[in-house]
This record gives sequence, structure tokens and C-alpha cells, in this order.
Amino acid sequence: MDWFPLINSLRIAAIATMVIFFVGIIAAYYIDKTPRLVKGILDVLLTLPLVLPPTVVGYLLLRLLGPRHPIGQWFLEVFSTKLVMTWWSAIFASVVVAFPLMYRTARGAFASFDNTLSDAGRTLGLSNTYIFWRIRMPYCKMGILAGTVLAFARALGEYGATSMIAGYTPGKTATISTTVYQLWRTGDDALALKWVLVNIAISAIVLMSINFLEKSRRRKVVA
Amino acid sequence: MALCVDIKKRLGDFHLNVKFEAENETLALLGSSGCGKSVTLRCISGIMTPDEGHIELDGRVFFDSDKKINLSPQKRQVGFLFQQYALFPNMTVEQNIAAAVSDKKRRKDVVTEMLRAFRLEDEAQKRPDELSGGQQQRTALARILATNPQILLLDEPFSALDSYLRSQLELELMDTLSKFHGNVIWVSHDRGEVFRNCSRVCVVENGKSEPVVTMDSLFHDPGTESAARLSGCKNFVAVSPEGSIVKIPEWSVSLQCGRPVPNSVGSVGLRAHYFRFASLGEENAINCKVERVIEDVFSEIIMLRPVGSRSDAPLIRMETQKELWSAQHDKESVTISIAPQDILLLR
Repeated sequence: MDWFPLINSLRIAAIATMVIFFVGIIAAYYIDKTPRLVKGILDVLLTLPLVLPPTVVGYLLLRLLGPRHPIGQWFLEVFSTKLVMTWWSAIFASVVVAFPLMYRTARGAFASFDNTLSDAGRTLGLSNTYIFWRIRMPYCKMGILAGTVLAFARALGEYGATSMIAGYTPGKTATISTTVYQLWRTGDDALALKWVLVNIAISAIVLMSINFLEKSRRRKVVA
Repeated sequence: MALCVDIKKRLGDFHLNVKFEAENETLALLGSSGCGKSVTLRCISGIMTPDEGHIELDGRVFFDSDKKINLSPQKRQVGFLFQQYALFPNMTVEQNIAAAVSDKKRRKDVVTEMLRAFRLEDEAQKRPDELSGGQQQRTALARILATNPQILLLDEPFSALDSYLRSQLELELMDTLSKFHGNVIWVSHDRGEVFRNCSRVCVVENGKSEPVVTMDSLFHDPGTESAARLSGCKNFVAVSPEGSIVKIPEWSVSLQCGRPVPNSVGSVGLRAHYFRFASLGEENAINCKVERVIEDVFSEIIMLRPVGSRSDAPLIRMETQKELWSAQHDKESVTISIAPQDILLLR
């Protein structure tokens, strides 16, 4: 069995999650401070990928990044590389589709933060950076971790937008989800089943870790 | 050492307009909840920004709307004791205190000293949720004093505690404050707490501050109804002054005040425990019908209607010792009086 799709899926999901982690936290933190109208608009825009069909996201991404479209064309001219149909093209799809999960969860976590703690920090002379990373983030740790795990799980399972923007090239752009579809389409049922089981195993581990986080959060509240 | 505050701030329908000066003393901001005391502290510390005005401590300007000065809270060196203490929940007692010491070289010494001074050595490795209310307060104070503040702002320091813990902790806080050589602003709604701990008081009512007065004059000459109410006075009635006498049309009685009553006086305050039983014909005697008797822990509360009073007139609330009430033969109607100097003249 060729393990390339597993490795490819994991590296795409890992890189996408890293991007989502920082951008999601920063977006959640700063958008909360914007005026209500701006917040409402940005909220809708950033949550939209959660409810749109992945094919619609894929279509929009192709309209942006495709070689005959603005960003893709510019990238091709400057770096002589296409933004689509490479293994890392799937990162774009995963980031966009999984982003709302991180953003939403982080916002909820920040909303539960007791602001007198940061007020206290400021009167004690602590810098805003210190307050953010040493007080606010640890306070919201469980929520942010849960958001990260959810985003990772979603990125790992991305199919629709990924297949449109990265395609399926064995050993090059194949991920678990595109491999399953390809194997089923070509009638290789036995191998498809193996990948299905691999996928279920990974997802189960991820969900179990969320449950574990939830439990330790609850334990903390009770204590 | 002087703090000058003169600020205005709008928060929705609420208008804050506070002005006071404090010398090197413990000054109380006394007011009912929601009157703007806490907002005032937040403005002094820099967590909130007033719309306009001026805040200055010992010549250092914290805020000036005309000169566009607004120091960040970090630069103000203000020690703020929050109602719920605001200890960092993810840090131990030791780490909470250490976080406040910016000088890395002195950090260890300061933390050791503070842990010892506040008897927290055994709690050093505990997290805030493992501490008792008193230990939390001591940790918060240790953390604040580790920053070498120029002024202490105490926001209802005992509101987070059970009442039986308060008196003990109040003594501890007194000791701590006596070692602090700077200004202390003590926000409270509890007149007793303020009387025991503060030298002067500024009454805040509906966002507006009254002139700073000594504790003594708050209790003996509060001047306004809101100040009298906060000082614990329970009976208020409209009067019309006549020489040294006030006429109370609602009760159809006149009371001798023993001093000239200015024409600006519109009402009087009569403290419930300054009334005593008297006989008809005595000075300031009021003949009353007993409306209701409420038994309190150590005293008797008697609600009285002066004979000949209007139907919508306020009742008199009298508080007296249980023995004095049980010694009264007639429990239906009584005669009471109040000494002229005990009548509070209010604008």
C-alpha cells in the first residue's frame, strides 16, 4: 500500500491548521473590537465557508488563483509556478474551509474572558503582549485548543474544494479523501475500504481528543 | 501627596461628574451601588478614559482633555484592588506576585518579602481557586504593593467576602494601610466601614460628587439628604424654617433646633436611634400612635404615626433598646422626643 495520500493529507492539514491557528486568533481578537456593523459584515464573510458547499469555495478559489485569473497569473509570471494543481494548493482550500471553526470557537473563548484580569494586568504595569499571551490565552486555552483540533479535523477531511484546486495526481496531489473517491470510481473496492478505515481511525482519535479536552475543561470549572 | 480629580464622562444615560481632592489620607468615596464610584476609580487608574477633565497625582498629570494627555494605566503606578481581586487564575500565588515585579534582579527578593509580609509562604504554590477569600485578598494586596504604587484604589474591598470574615480582614487591611505612605481612595457603600477606616469622605450620588467633608461632619451635619441617607439616617420630612424652629406641616408639629435655621433648609433628617421616650410637655415631644413593631436582633424597631399627621405623611422609624420598649405600659400610643442638636438640617 502506498502511504503517500496519508502523508500528504497530514502535511496539508498540519500546515493549514498552523495558518488557521494564528490568523483565527488574531481575527477573533481584533474583530471583536471593531464597530458593530463592521463586526457583523466580517463575521458573515468569515463564517460563510462553513455553510457554503465546498465546490462553491473551490470555484471561487479557482477564480482567484487559477493561472488565467488575477493572483494566479501574477504568481505564474513572477515565480513561474502555478498556484493550482500542486500538493500545497490544497492548503488554500483547507484553510478557507476550516477557518470558520477556529474563528468561531476562539471568539466564543475570548468572549468568556474576564476583562478585569487584563485591567488588573495593565494597572500592575504588564505590557499588552504579556497580558495577551500569558493571561488571556491561558484563560481561553481549552476553547482555543478545541477550535484548533476541530479545524485540523475539518482540514484533514476536505474533499470538494481540494479536488477542484489540487486535482488528483497519484504520488503528487492525492489526499486520503480524493484517493477514496478515485479508488471507488475505478472499482478498487478493497483498497478504498482500507483508506476509509484509516480515515475513520484518524477522525476517531481527533474526536476523542476533543472529548478529553471538554472533560478536563469541565473538571476545571467544577473544581 | 495630593490627588486632584475633576472629570466628566457619559455612559449611555448615565452622567458622571466627579470632582474632589485628596491629601495624603484615606479618602472614602461613599455612595449606593451604581452611583459611579467604581467608574471614578477606573478613570483614575486609566482603565477607562473620561470624556473631559483633569486627573493629577503629586504634580504628575494622568489625564488632561485640554492638553491631550492620557497616560496609559501601565505608566500611572496605581495600585487597584478589584472587587473580586482579579488574581490571574492560571498562576500560583508566587507567580501572581512575581508578574507584578518588573525588575528581574529584584523579583525574587520582592516576592519572598511579600510572601512573608502577608503570611502567604504556605500558599505560595497554590492557585487562586484553592485559596480562601482572605488569602485571595492578601495575595491581591501583596501583588499590588510589589509594584510600589503611588496611590491605592480599593474598590469595595470586602464585597467578595462573607460577613463573618469581614471584621477580621478589616483589621488586617488597617494594618497594611497604616504601613502605606500614600494616598488611599476607598470606595464603599458601607458607612460603618468608611467611618472606621477613612479620615474624610466624598459622597457620590447619581454620578455627581458632593464636597469632601470630614467623617464627623458627615454624621453630624451631612447637609444633603443623600449624604444623610448614606450616613444611616432613616427619617426624612419636609420642613419650613422659622427662626430656630422648623415647622413640619405633614406631622403638624414644630421642632426646636437650638440654633438658627437658614431659609435654605427644606427638610430635616431624624436618626431612628436618636428618638427616646418622653412625656407630654417636654421639649420636642411628639405624641404618636404605634403602627407596627418589628423585633430586631438587639433592638426594637417601632413605626410611629404622629397624632394629627396627614394620611400620606411618612411614618417615624424609631429604634430603641428592647428593655426600654418593654418598660412602656401603653403599647398603643407613646410620646417620643428628639434633642434639638440631633436634628439634621438638610438643603
